[in-house]
Amino acid sequence: MAQPNVLSQAFELGFTYTRSTGPVVGRFLTGLRERRILGIRTSDGRVVVPPMEYDPNTAEALTEFVEVGQQGTIVSWCWVRQPRAAHPLQQPFAWAMIQLDGADVPMIHCVAAAAEQDLATGARVQAAWADETRGFITDIRCFELAGAKAPDSRPVQQDAAQGEEEAVTRVETPIYLHYNFTAGRAPARFLARVKEGVLTGQRCPRCANVYIPPRGSCPACGVATEEEVVLPDKGTVQSFTVVAIPIPNNPIKPPFVIANLVLDGANISFIHLMSECENSQVRIGQRVQAVWKPQAEWTYAMDNIRYFRPIDEPDVPVDMIGKLPISGREG
Amino acid sequence: MKEIAVVAFSQSDCLAQAGAANEVELIMPQLRAVFGQVGLNNAQDVDFVCSGSCDYLQGAAFAFVAGVDALGAVPPIKESHVEMDAAWALYESILKIRMGHADSALVYGFAKASSGELPIVLSQQLDPYYLAPLWVDSVSLAAMQARLLLEKGLATERAMAEVVARSRRHALGNPHAQLSGEVSVEELLAADTFVAPLRMSDCAPVADGAAAMIICTVDKAREWGLPYARISGIDHRIETHNLGMRDLTDSVSTRLAAEGAGVKRGPVQVAELYAPFSHQEIILSRALALGDDTVVNPSGGVLAGNLMMASGLSRIGEVFRRIVSGEIARGVAHATSGPCLQHNLVAVLESA
Repeated sequence: MAQPNVLSQAFELGFTYTRSTGPVVGRFLTGLRERRILGIRTSDGRVVVPPMEYDPNTAEALTEFVEVGQQGTIVSWCWVRQPRAAHPLQQPFAWAMIQLDGADVPMIHCVAAAAEQDLATGARVQAAWADETRGFITDIRCFELAGAKAPDSRPVQQDAAQGEEEAVTRVETPIYLHYNFTAGRAPARFLARVKEGVLTGQRCPRCANVYIPPRGSCPACGVATEEEVVLPDKGTVQSFTVVAIPIPNNPIKPPFVIANLVLDGANISFIHLMSECENSQVRIGQRVQAVWKPQAEWTYAMDNIRYFRPIDEPDVPVDMIGKLPISGREG
Repeated sequence: MKEIAVVAFSQSDCLAQAGAANEVELIMPQLRAVFGQVGLNNAQDVDFVCSGSCDYLQGAAFAFVAGVDALGAVPPIKESHVEMDAAWALYESILKIRMGHADSALVYGFAKASSGELPIVLSQQLDPYYLAPLWVDSVSLAAMQARLLLEKGLATERAMAEVVARSRRHALGNPHAQLSGEVSVEELLAADTFVAPLRMSDCAPVADGAAAMIICTVDKAREWGLPYARISGIDHRIETHNLGMRDLTDSVSTRLAAEGAGVKRGPVQVAELYAPFSHQEIILSRALALGDDTVVNPSGGVLAGNLMMASGLSRIGEVFRRIVSGEIARGVAHATSGPCLQHNLVAVLESA
């Protein structure tokens, strides 16, 4: 069998979470907004920055906040020659474990420096604040070598209006990750044929069930499927629902019908739209056929089929749905 | 307590990119291989199935559910999943057998890590308030750990390069390896740093693939008439998520897990260690108190090819293969998870 082309597509996955901070993290982030750095004291007397909620040794809730200095000493570091797109600094920079003055445990943040040679373990660094602070870890824009320029002299005390701002209790932490999704060998073959207007299933060598769209295996038998079967674009409604509410980012206006359809010669259903029908008349066992987009618009996608529409054939009895031959109702 | 036997193991080649293959297509050849080794049809013929994978790696929600399509799960089977390396799926399966709920289990792990930017994806397993928003990648964290080791005199760049050279040399005998060959320490040290002090060669390459194993009670292995290796001990420990509070130059969790698994109760002829960075092999060898009489990573280890979510299981499989072939009688396998060796599992395998 010829190795199919790899069908792949870049996509972005977003997790747009808003997180509750809880009292400890919230107080630390509120401090950052005021350009102050707070640690917390553990049961053995160490000051941890950023503060932890529970003592890592005793699991006791921690409550004693301690303000620490904005300068500190590098405990360890690495030099990022080629920053990644997600990194906070886009010039070569360092990540460092920084023990702030008054803290007993190092924190991790980025350090801006002109060159790798400028940095060393033991070097003194100071926090550089973002132009606008909002109660987030990136309020510390980065650390810089202490003495490289005058310490940030902006007053810690904000003006009166800001001073009355509420404590930080929630933060938005959107995460966007980028991937290159590949369709899989069997789906790639299927989609390549769909682009030609042909629907191709795969038959299980053990139980002879035909799957469309194929994923390369028979989930019932746990064996690979390779034999390809060209199927007609006629099928039967196995189940359906009438969608009455608008779905975000879906251009189709409700009410519309989504159905589980089984093609003739296939043994498993897929989901597609139904149209050119009275929604109230749609029923299990109803016979349907694909309505394709114009050939010029065909691509590697099931929406080459706009929707399925009812056809004038007798309904299929429920116990026969998913068992029709390729020749269909009359076969 | 029921004794546990490993009776079958298979792993795929470590491929920089598995091309078109989807999860099911990656898993299925390995399942076929282990079913074939035992003479089973599909997952209906074992009592329990447990897999290890992480959907974030390929960015496909519930990819592990799609993986079930490889099993033959009709009628329904007893199945479970860990969002971790499959070494922990093995651990769950062992508990299941020891509780008397199963006599045999299929364990598998898989990943298509090449789909995303792995070091950045892994940054999102960190503290969600303090670290994940900074996108501190996994290579950078390991590099800071390496510098601590170097500057405290607990390792040298030369010793790290020696780990890499030995890995590549051992991998010449491993048909599944991604990186293998004779390379000198001088050549390795001549390369520029990648994320200083680490060089690219100090870091495991990103790979796609899968591994599978079948375990059972010793009684069942005898009934099946199969050669087997006993898992005489297994334990795992985790350290705090706060990297600043850990001694990154040591692996306390590995030391404790090794005690729990009984590593010291006999000679360690082979140790397969999951060390995705060269300096971590030095930390682990020390934590496990391995001597000169132990061959470390005879497969080449994960520096020669790192199947995310399957490499831990593969370490156990590699020791199993050497015991069943008669090459050794006792060996140790290790698996890790999390940044800078946060979470460690140690298993001891012995001949029947």
